[in-house]
Amino acid sequence: MTALVLLDHDGQAIKQPARSAVAAAQKLGAVHVLVAGAGIGAVAEAAAKLPGVAKVIAADAPAYAHGLAEPLADLLVALAPDYTHLLAAATASGKNVMPRVAALLDVQPISDISAVVDADTFVRPIYAGNALATVKSLDAKKVITVRATGFDPVPAEGGSAPIAPAPALSTPEISRFVSAELSKSERPELTAARIIISGGRGMQSGENFHLLDAIADKLHAAVGASRAAVDAGFVPNDYQVGQTGKIVAPELYVAVGISGAIQHLAGMKDSKVIVAINKDEEAPIFQIADYGLVADLFKALPELSQALESQS
Amino acid sequence: MKLLVPVKRVVDYNVKVRVRSDGGGVETAGVKMSMNPFDEIAVEEAVRLKEKGIAEEIVAVSMGIAACAETIRTALAMGADRGILVETDAELQPLAVAKLLKAIVAKEDPQLVILGKQAIDDDMNATGQMLAALLGWPQGTFASRLLIEDGRCVVTREVDGGLETVSLALPAIVTTDLRLNEPRYASLPNIMKARKKPIETLTPAALGVDPAPRLQVLKTTEPPRRQAGVKVGSVAELVDKLKNEAKVI
Repeated sequence: MTALVLLDHDGQAIKQPARSAVAAAQKLGAVHVLVAGAGIGAVAEAAAKLPGVAKVIAADAPAYAHGLAEPLADLLVALAPDYTHLLAAATASGKNVMPRVAALLDVQPISDISAVVDADTFVRPIYAGNALATVKSLDAKKVITVRATGFDPVPAEGGSAPIAPAPALSTPEISRFVSAELSKSERPELTAARIIISGGRGMQSGENFHLLDAIADKLHAAVGASRAAVDAGFVPNDYQVGQTGKIVAPELYVAVGISGAIQHLAGMKDSKVIVAINKDEEAPIFQIADYGLVADLFKALPELSQALESQS
Repeated sequence: MKLLVPVKRVVDYNVKVRVRSDGGGVETAGVKMSMNPFDEIAVEEAVRLKEKGIAEEIVAVSMGIAACAETIRTALAMGADRGILVETDAELQPLAVAKLLKAIVAKEDPQLVILGKQAIDDDMNATGQMLAALLGWPQGTFASRLLIEDGRCVVTREVDGGLETVSLALPAIVTTDLRLNEPRYASLPNIMKARKKPIETLTPAALGVDPAPRLQVLKTTEPPRRQAGVKVGSVAELVDKLKNEAKVI
């Protein structure tokens, strides 16, 4: 049994969720990885260093430059005959591409697995994480996306796999990349951060998120938000932690002005330590928080910022 | 152009779901059912395209037991023109749904299919991408903006680091994300009017599709529960606990 993992990267480096997908694949058998893009030599070399990877397939062509699903899916289908399992992290990219691959192979994809039971059987959360389904695939080939928080990422260094080029393919150009507006931030990405501080509807406005920024800077934390804060237009959607946003499990998660809707808890309840700051002592977030502070966030946040200042 | 909008009947998003004690799934008996919220966004977007004069007709499709007709009625009340119900008692998984939708696309010939990005019951996030694959059409998933320009569909997508815009040849598939629009509430007159709009009933057999599930659910369990911790009295106490007890800062 050999598994092929499509590695999510930004053109420079491998994203952390991709290393979790490699970890999941290692529970299934030998692991090959696919790096696709344009000018991805450095990423392929980084992939070759992932421990436990037996082979890197590098698909370096303009068609893959922007990670469009249509050419990427065709590439994975072309490589599929050599593999029993095709995997990717359940990131925006993996979720976009893998179901397309599955349909082309006449396979029902297994989305967002949080555990591997055996080569055919997996655990996946359903109903926003309110239930866990153990599912057995009857398909000969499995197409899987991996919930990164379910698997400790493999280390970035330690291996030395050979790099082979992917076969050249031509895909009809039915989709075109136009532009990207990516948030520029010096802070860690939500899915890779050790500490996250998130704001909810209680923040009252987008401007007030600077109160969180000040604390995030001191803790080297990422800043997130609840769906309510995104819906209210306080911050962009890529801040969203929850069932329909990013699933995170940092060492420390600080929820500020977040009531704790099921859909938010689904995205952060596997965090190691959870802190809730909310003025409503009945807020459901306190039922899962390790440390709860009932307080007006507009008083508590400046105090917290100052306390961290005097500590450091 | 003609638009096709698939809508799924799911447990209402406000319902706290319970795992059945026999491990055989989630309790759905006597539970409020509604249209999947992402599908409401899909219907709304279709209705807006019609209001702008870009679309002429909107066909809402649902699949499953007879009660799925109610979900189609909701779409009709929001502004869809007619409905198609693929009636079956079989459990339908995304691959089967995509194949059934492909058969309906062959029959209806829409230029654009707008779907919710995921259903809030099985959280698969797959059907739109799979339908696109089966049809050989391009896909604009997780859309926060949709424009029809120069015979193409321009979709701004919610991606991990921000937004990305792609231009798709028509016909195309779009799946909706949260910020695409805010769905309307159907007015009473429109709910009344929707009762008179036609719904055609088909079966998987009539569409030539074997809907047999490929994923067998062996068991469904409750996730491990987190225990509530302690309340702290002040910011100073919180910082002390995080530093000296939890040791995370």
